[in-house]
Amino acid sequence: MKSIGKILLSIAIIAFSFNAYSEEHNAQDTVTNEGAEHHDSHETAEFNPGTFILDHIGDSHDWHILTYDGHHVSIPLPVIVYSEHTGLHFFMSYNFEHGHAEYEGLTLELEGDNKGKITEKTENGEVYLPIDISISKNVLSLLMSLSLMMWVFISVARKYKANPRTAPSGMQNVVEPFILFIRDDVAKAAIGEKKYGKFMPYLLTIFFFIWINNMLGIIPLFPGGANLTGNIAVTLVLAVFTFVLTTINGNKNYWKHIINAPGVPWWLKFPIPLMPVVEIMGVFTKPFVLMVRLFANITAGHIIIMGFMSLIFIFGNMSVAAGYGFSVVSVLFVIFMTVLELLVAFIQAYVFTLLSALYIGMAMEEHH
Amino acid sequence: MELVTPGIGLLFWMLLAFTIVMVILKKFAWKPILAMLKDREESIDNALKAADNARDEMSKLQSDNEKILAEARADRDVMLKEGKEMKYQIISDAKSGAVTEANKIIEAAKATIQSEKKAAVSDMKKQIAEFSIQISEKILREELSNSDKQEKLVEDLLKDVNFN
Repeated sequence: MKSIGKILLSIAIIAFSFNAYSEEHNAQDTVTNEGAEHHDSHETAEFNPGTFILDHIGDSHDWHILTYDGHHVSIPLPVIVYSEHTGLHFFMSYNFEHGHAEYEGLTLELEGDNKGKITEKTENGEVYLPIDISISKNVLSLLMSLSLMMWVFISVARKYKANPRTAPSGMQNVVEPFILFIRDDVAKAAIGEKKYGKFMPYLLTIFFFIWINNMLGIIPLFPGGANLTGNIAVTLVLAVFTFVLTTINGNKNYWKHIINAPGVPWWLKFPIPLMPVVEIMGVFTKPFVLMVRLFANITAGHIIIMGFMSLIFIFGNMSVAAGYGFSVVSVLFVIFMTVLELLVAFIQAYVFTLLSALYIGMAMEEHH
Repeated sequence: MELVTPGIGLLFWMLLAFTIVMVILKKFAWKPILAMLKDREESIDNALKAADNARDEMSKLQSDNEKILAEARADRDVMLKEGKEMKYQIISDAKSGAVTEANKIIEAAKATIQSEKKAAVSDMKKQIAEFSIQISEKILREELSNSDKQEKLVEDLLKDVNFN
């Protein structure tokens, strides 16, 4: 059963890519006249590492796989846009022809402040940004990784139910040490023996979500490659979850420490409430730092790897031999960085989970 | 700036999908997994404790057995010793008994011999007396068969008697 599932999945992926490719081709064929100049400009364009890197770590409306002979091979993704003027739009992103065509009055900007965004020109000529809830590259990656998680953990749970009280086997062996690690060394240590149980589902979910997505981000090609955990929106949502859990579970002691911290001289609280202000800021800075740490670490890792890759093309632009020569150095560095990123992927997942548990634990700490 | 501005679309999908998946995983994955892990840990714990108890019991039993064995051995030794003593006692008792009995028998034999001897002697005396009486009777009869002799005797007797 499992192998059949795997085969079906790979067929689906391959078919999807081919489909994308053929659509690509058709689109290119029909717009050859318009596209010709663009192709030329693409090929002769100076290599710009900045945009190259930012394009890779940013979000996108199609999943770019490669550019071959001026043709972009990419997986088209559904665009869902709500405009105040023209209502809801739903179509596949290949209609934009990589930003070269306008579709239903919408444009995918290629340059300027709104680069990569979908804009709409209003009647009086102003550029309007409609609400864009497209299934973008990152959203698809998010949905795929969440499906992967559900598949892995629900099947593992089934196995636990089917063979209770036996030694773990197969996937259980992979997952169990980490579950036990989060339970014993993170949740129990940070929140305490009595109350940790309530937060285990959240901590396990964020740990595996961050870790799996960090790892998928390192894989350069299709199911991986999206910089999901290096996207501020994703880390923002995760940090907000921790913030909400901390705030709603904060006990009397926690709020007392914030508003009227004991053991602090009175003149730090009155007439100017210096300490309360600092403490209240702390409530927000903690999740903010969580958000920035994960985002910055993962994005930085991607930027460094992409930077080494860019070096090949920078040298290649100077002379072909230099490009080939430097590629050896570059690849070695990329291998080194990728291995390092594997480590960082785990560490950042662990740190985010541990700090979330610590913040929750601090909010629930009893009087000492 | 683009990099640090959260996109509304991803924000929306992340919030929606992550929440749904967390709820699903909580119900169908984390709770059963954690419950099973706890259950297994408890069962292992119990099994270990039971094994420990069994081992304790075993060692207790073993020491008990040894104790019983040692007691049995001591009992046996005591019994053997007693038996031996009894044997010697019986032998010596028998010996001393035999000696006294023999002495008694000897004593008794001696006494009978003595009494037999006495009886024999007295019997002999009696018979000798009888014989002498018979002899003297015969002699007297012989002597007194004629009257002269009787007279002579009376004379002799009267000669000895002096009348004062």
